[in-house]
Amino acid sequence: MSRTWAFLSNYLVYSAMAVYTLSFIAHAIETAWAVKVPNSTTKTMDYSRTEKVARIATAMMILGFVLLFAGVIVRGVSAGRVPWGNMYEFSITGALAFTGAYLGALRKYDLRWLGLLISISVLLTLGTAVTVLYVPSAPLVPALKSPWLVIHVSAAIISGGVFLLSNVIATAYLYLDKMESKGERTGWAKRLPSLEVLDQLSYRLVAFVFPLWTFAVIAGAIWAESAWGRYWGWDPKETWAFITWVAYAAYLHARVTVGWRGRRAAWLCLFAGSTFLFNYVYVNVWGTGKHTYSGL
Amino acid sequence: MSQQTELPELDSVGLLRYSWRQLTSMRTALVLLLMLGVAAIPGSLIPQRTQNPIQVTQYFKDSPEAARWMDRFSLFDVYGSPWFSAIYILLFISLIGCVLPRTFEHFRAARALPPATPKNLSRMEHHSSWVANGNELDIARVWFKSNRFRILEKDGSISAEKGFTRETGNLLFHLALILVLLGISFSSLFGMRGEAIVNVGERFVNTPTSYDTLRYGKLYQDGNLPTFMLTADKFVAEYNVETNAPEDYTLNISLLRDGSSVIEKKVIKVNSPLTIGSTRIYLQANGYSPVVTVRDSKGDVAFQGPVPFLPQDSNLRSIGAIKVPDANPQVGFVGSFVPTYTRAPDGGGALSAFPKALDPRLLLAAWVGDLGLDSGIPQSVYRIDTSSMQQIGLKTLKPGETFVYAQGSITFEGYIQWVNLNFVADPGKNLALLGGIVAILGLLASLFTRRRRIWIRVGSEVEVAGLAKNAAPGLDLELEQFVQMLKGEK
Repeated sequence: MSRTWAFLSNYLVYSAMAVYTLSFIAHAIETAWAVKVPNSTTKTMDYSRTEKVARIATAMMILGFVLLFAGVIVRGVSAGRVPWGNMYEFSITGALAFTGAYLGALRKYDLRWLGLLISISVLLTLGTAVTVLYVPSAPLVPALKSPWLVIHVSAAIISGGVFLLSNVIATAYLYLDKMESKGERTGWAKRLPSLEVLDQLSYRLVAFVFPLWTFAVIAGAIWAESAWGRYWGWDPKETWAFITWVAYAAYLHARVTVGWRGRRAAWLCLFAGSTFLFNYVYVNVWGTGKHTYSGL
Repeated sequence: MSQQTELPELDSVGLLRYSWRQLTSMRTALVLLLMLGVAAIPGSLIPQRTQNPIQVTQYFKDSPEAARWMDRFSLFDVYGSPWFSAIYILLFISLIGCVLPRTFEHFRAARALPPATPKNLSRMEHHSSWVANGNELDIARVWFKSNRFRILEKDGSISAEKGFTRETGNLLFHLALILVLLGISFSSLFGMRGEAIVNVGERFVNTPTSYDTLRYGKLYQDGNLPTFMLTADKFVAEYNVETNAPEDYTLNISLLRDGSSVIEKKVIKVNSPLTIGSTRIYLQANGYSPVVTVRDSKGDVAFQGPVPFLPQDSNLRSIGAIKVPDANPQVGFVGSFVPTYTRAPDGGGALSAFPKALDPRLLLAAWVGDLGLDSGIPQSVYRIDTSSMQQIGLKTLKPGETFVYAQGSITFEGYIQWVNLNFVADPGKNLALLGGIVAILGLLASLFTRRRRIWIRVGSEVEVAGLAKNAAPGLDLELEQFVQMLKGEK
């Protein structure tokens, strides 16, 4: 029975990948057309033609999200637990959270220009997950059997998704900033938001999710106290979670109190985000310590 | 540069004041904060004594010269090192020096009334005006009060302010961090942490000598150990037959508390430790203890009992040593226990195929000579110093089998399981948790409230303006609603 569910989950994840690929293609076409159709009279772009493709791309993204969501749920059903027991499961849930963060932010801001980057990175994450990280569905090891698994890991994954989205925007900022410093924005870049908007958006995402990340760390500490007998032990994962926290705290201070904006703030944001990624990849796969549940 | 040239002119008080200001400046705090993050990195890449003492020893063996230099910079004890401590102590001093004055200032400001309405409102960013109706001031007053603005009314104008929670939350967050640090220091002063391996069926009496390792806080005393006694009655480990991964560990114990004559039956599992007063007992690891009987050449028993072996992999292939100092000559066995016997595919040594004892084997190398136990140098109970011993045989035993050698014999009677229990008293953890919770609440309050002022002046025309601190968004929307309401459009 559980095996049937596991297969179903795999089909759902593969279908999600197919749909994300369609979304990626639609985003690519949209971008290509947007570059090709400059309106010379008003010097602004004419997007009427790309609008339809953009809608298809977003629709595909939503469908991919739904399929992946189902895939993650079914994976959990197959194992009879929350689907956060190994790195394959972290990765598909992380991809889900990342798309979720994007779609959530899309309700408020027009971020469709990011879609190309989002869809390709989700595809890469899922591709790595199904090829390199895949492990058969199995019950949890005793240390993971705790209600805190749901609380701690969901908070960490959602924070991660938003941190990465903020990083993508900070990267876009730096790229456009460089382009503008050489002269005018060209082609596709013309339709992206202004530098100020990107700067603010990247900051707001971090400010929004920093308390959640703090909560994830504290929830982890409470769990560690009951599982390992200490709430903090400088385990590599804990250390890097702390480093990420410190880096984002510094980022928020730099912005709010010292008044950093623009390029410097974007670099600090990227640094903080990279500590999160490092924690996820290095500590799970090559690291030692108590958080090595990758199953590799 | 100019500051540096001025420095020598300062007297000692001036110098102190100057250093204090530098230390408590935001820039310094920011640098210290980033430094703390960077300083935490080496500890996650280099093995640490507190987490991985075996790897540290290996490091010293592999490259002794480098290791000695690294040790000089406490790179194997990063989180207890002087330089790491220096950074966070400076950071916290800086934090206190920054937060305390601001707290007092905030208290004063919170009781003060908002400043009077500026003369020229049209200079403000969000400004609008229209012909007055007459009752706008009254409507505005009601609205301000129902929205909990603090107001100052003067000369036909109201100055209203809201959003003090932002600074309150901000200060609360930083004070909470100090609380966390206090909790941690409290634990390290008054805490206790011990480990003991207990064979299933055996008894553990809570005295310092029962522990394999025991560490106290600086102000913890031996007498503070609570009196109790427990027996490990039964231990069950369940494994997944497909992946060999553990699924559940359950330890049943009998507990006898101080002053009680009733034996309580308790269960300890991973994630659900047993709490006795201020001490919590955690189930941390488990393994096998082969039970052996060693006889001398006359057939008299020289040693009998279980010997804990240390697991080496997830299938619990375990290694250990059986030392018989009472035999003459002394005998020692370097052993390896496999719960489910199989041979390595390349024809190499014995391996374990499954963590449960389905087909156990005890592999022994027997040595005679001097065990070196009287030399005074502490020895690992899992290893034998064979430098002054001679190997006399190798044997693989099934349960019940006996290996006979010239100086005697050893019988592999069977096995029992052992559990590794951690005993922890952590008196500061609730304080640290409280700090953590307050920190999150403070963060939420400071990140999600906006501080802003709204002014209204009513003369022949109504003038409304607003100012948002920290360029917080949303004021334009709020003002729009305010104006609509004043005009009676809503």
